[in-house]
Amino acid sequence: MSASSPLANTGQSEGAPALSPAAGATVVPYPEDAIKRRQLPPMPAPMQAWEEKLRSIAAQTLPTLLMLVVLFGLWQVACGSPDATFPSPLKVWQDSHELIVNPFEGVTVDFSGVHVSEEGVVGIAGHIVTSLKRVMMGYSLAAILGIALGILVGQSVFAYRALDPLFQVLRTVPPLAWLPISLAIFQQAQPSTIFLIFITAIWPVILNTAAGVQSMPAAYVNVGKVLNLNPLEYFTKIMLPATVPHMFTGLRIGVGMSWLAIVAAEMVQGGTGIGFFIWDSYNSSLLTDTIVALIWIGLVGFALDRIVAFIGRKVARTA
Amino acid sequence: MKQRSYLALEDICVEFPTKKGTFCALDKISLSIEKGEFVSLIGHSGCGKSTLLNVVAGLVKPSRGVVFLGDQVVDAPGVDRAVVFQDHSLLPWLTVEENVCLAVDKTAKGKSKAERKEWALHNLELVQMAHAANKRPGELSGGMKQRVGIARAIAMQPRVLLMDEPFGALDALTRAALQDVVMDLQARLNNTVLMITHDVDEAVLLSDRVIMMTNGPAARIGEDLKVHIPRPRARLAAMDLPEYADARHAVVHFLHERYRNPATLQAA
Repeated sequence: MSASSPLANTGQSEGAPALSPAAGATVVPYPEDAIKRRQLPPMPAPMQAWEEKLRSIAAQTLPTLLMLVVLFGLWQVACGSPDATFPSPLKVWQDSHELIVNPFEGVTVDFSGVHVSEEGVVGIAGHIVTSLKRVMMGYSLAAILGIALGILVGQSVFAYRALDPLFQVLRTVPPLAWLPISLAIFQQAQPSTIFLIFITAIWPVILNTAAGVQSMPAAYVNVGKVLNLNPLEYFTKIMLPATVPHMFTGLRIGVGMSWLAIVAAEMVQGGTGIGFFIWDSYNSSLLTDTIVALIWIGLVGFALDRIVAFIGRKVARTA
Repeated sequence: MKQRSYLALEDICVEFPTKKGTFCALDKISLSIEKGEFVSLIGHSGCGKSTLLNVVAGLVKPSRGVVFLGDQVVDAPGVDRAVVFQDHSLLPWLTVEENVCLAVDKTAKGKSKAERKEWALHNLELVQMAHAANKRPGELSGGMKQRVGIARAIAMQPRVLLMDEPFGALDALTRAALQDVVMDLQARLNNTVLMITHDVDEAVLLSDRVIMMTNGPAARIGEDLKVHIPRPRARLAAMDLPEYADARHAVVHFLHERYRNPATLQAA
């Protein structure tokens, strides 16, 4: 009874003037006159479609451009003096002019693919292409094997208990720590670099795919059971599409890590590739070349990430 | 010996192992449902209604007891027992039509592709969703998704239609519209239905029988109420009948007097 007592007191007791039921239900007329009399500001002229699009593009890109201007401006101010140890953007532009304007030197494209000349001067894009080819090979292997292992570990408790501790330990090993082992196995620079990429990129792919399979909503699993889907149908119609977003999270992390690892590997191993180029330019005291290479590496890594994300969105939509 | 019913649950016990020992969810549930009967299971949260439905669906194995459907023993999920899930469980990467087709493809194997597609669309029409055949579930409202969920289930032409709180996640007006859809389908198809609900009006309006369950653990069937409202039913006409008021009265008193919600008992 105690629960209802506070409500019982609120009725017609002292304090606020009691409203009669009729007064409470009085209909107040809608003030149409007042609305008619109100002055509204004139509507702005409607924008053209192209104008609207242009404005939206400008609104998105202007802050980025502004940031770049401020960044380069600060850099120029900080490093502009003649005795600065670090080159200013203007000095980079002057000293590495050839490298910046002719990135595709030594690179030829024909129907069989992109080729990098093995002799003579190779532009920075050539080094990037060499590195990208290595990344592609190692990363493709990591993607295929990683997804397969991830699905195995995700759907079998036994496999999970057997393999997960191994994965958890191995994934913490830094890429470069694999280099001696890799060299010992393969004896040559090219395959051991590819192995290095593979062993770096595979862990996030495995772990994210496995997490995706494990976190599949019970609802989807039940649908598969109630519809009596056979294992193949269950795999293609339910498990794979449900796991695709997680899978691509792993693939995105993987591609980023392989790009990190390739540069480090090539710096140590030498020969060709963008990592070697950086090491070589540093040894030749061409710091401005190193800066140009750094910018290229950043942009390519960014592009790789976006490409994998884009493919992920496409696949998730059609799967 | 008495002839066994179309769907017969015999002495179903469900126990789950826990750290504190065995937890008995359902204790010796026996229930007979005839062909074409619409039966609701009602009870407070946690009384094991869903567990019982999952036993019939084959998703949960009973610790003891048997479920017979016709003369077959139910021991695994199967397409003869379609389930409408509370959360609709449509696959978001498939269109509405593809979702229904996935079920039709498994149940109408002899038919041609065109026939199966037509059957899927026919069933979407029954729930007034044919217009959205090419949309994805993400583009639909909750009520529309559940209509598709129902279409998917009836398109399988199941021997028993199982509904697990099908309208639990919907607002009151949408819920009423969906109840009308179910009443209409029942008038047309005369399915055998086992439905779980929390809603007294829903149970009385839709069902031939309302099975009231006692509170868990070790829930049992407390009362088995026949609803004598003639079919086909219409919402407003049915609600004015004394039979409706009687049935409603019986269920409300069972739920709020004899077996009150364990959560509110603790709070009082």
